[in-house]
Amino acid sequence: MIDLEHVLVVGALLFSIGLYVALSRRNAVGILMGIELMLNSVNLNLIGFARFVDSPRPIDGQVFTVFVITVAAAEAAVALALAVAVYRLRQSIDVDRLDTLKW
Amino acid sequence: MDDTAVVVAFWLLALLTLGSALMVAVVRDLVHAVLFLILSFVGVAGLYITLSADFVAVVQVLVYAGAISVLMLFAILLTPRSARDNAPVPYAAPIAALAGLVGAVVVFVALKTDWAKVEDDRFGSTAEAIGAALIDPFVLPFEVASLLLVVAMVGAIILVRPPEEGP
Repeated sequence: MIDLEHVLVVGALLFSIGLYVALSRRNAVGILMGIELMLNSVNLNLIGFARFVDSPRPIDGQVFTVFVITVAAAEAAVALALAVAVYRLRQSIDVDRLDTLKW
Repeated sequence: MDDTAVVVAFWLLALLTLGSALMVAVVRDLVHAVLFLILSFVGVAGLYITLSADFVAVVQVLVYAGAISVLMLFAILLTPRSARDNAPVPYAAPIAALAGLVGAVVVFVALKTDWAKVEDDRFGSTAEAIGAALIDPFVLPFEVASLLLVVAMVGAIILVRPPEEGP
């Protein structure tokens, strides 16, 4: 029997791995990979709640997941376009070196 | 579906998802990282199927494993001279500690909370129910989402368009 806690533990582990990836990569595309992993873990939690938690409208969790996937797709398109545009300007998408606004 | 088979499939898919996510964190070349990321997305789609969310699983494969991964591959290939080797950051140990702390807190809260659970599997085929929910309670977010997609698409095209010659 799968239980809600099992799903939540898997989601929490996936979230912490995604957090580590997002914070430890220097390349902007690598950071985006970490963000996508975190969004995936959130979606997994939403699906788990929709499946296991008592609610008058149980399908809502899955609808939220569809919306999160939509927003993630839009965000990925804009972020990758930004990465390509920054690369054209600076020949680098190393976020440690994109510090023009810093001082 | 047979209950034991579902449980075994759930844990195997969880192992696949977490293992390939770990490989995304460990592997140095970004192209390899994207390939492991695709594997992780497919694993999450399988987890959705074991949680009786068939429509969302299909959307996950189409959008994440199909579209977003290809976008990432294109972005990596279009930025050829940027460093891809994930050069070590000086503060990797604090980051790992922070990520572990966040994961531990979420696991603790998930295990301590008394969830109002139901045991029975309420969903048959979910595509019809999701479509009805998108029309009845969620029609405004649905329209806003389509507007957001148009704006993001136009914005991405304008961002990567080559600069025009003077006015």
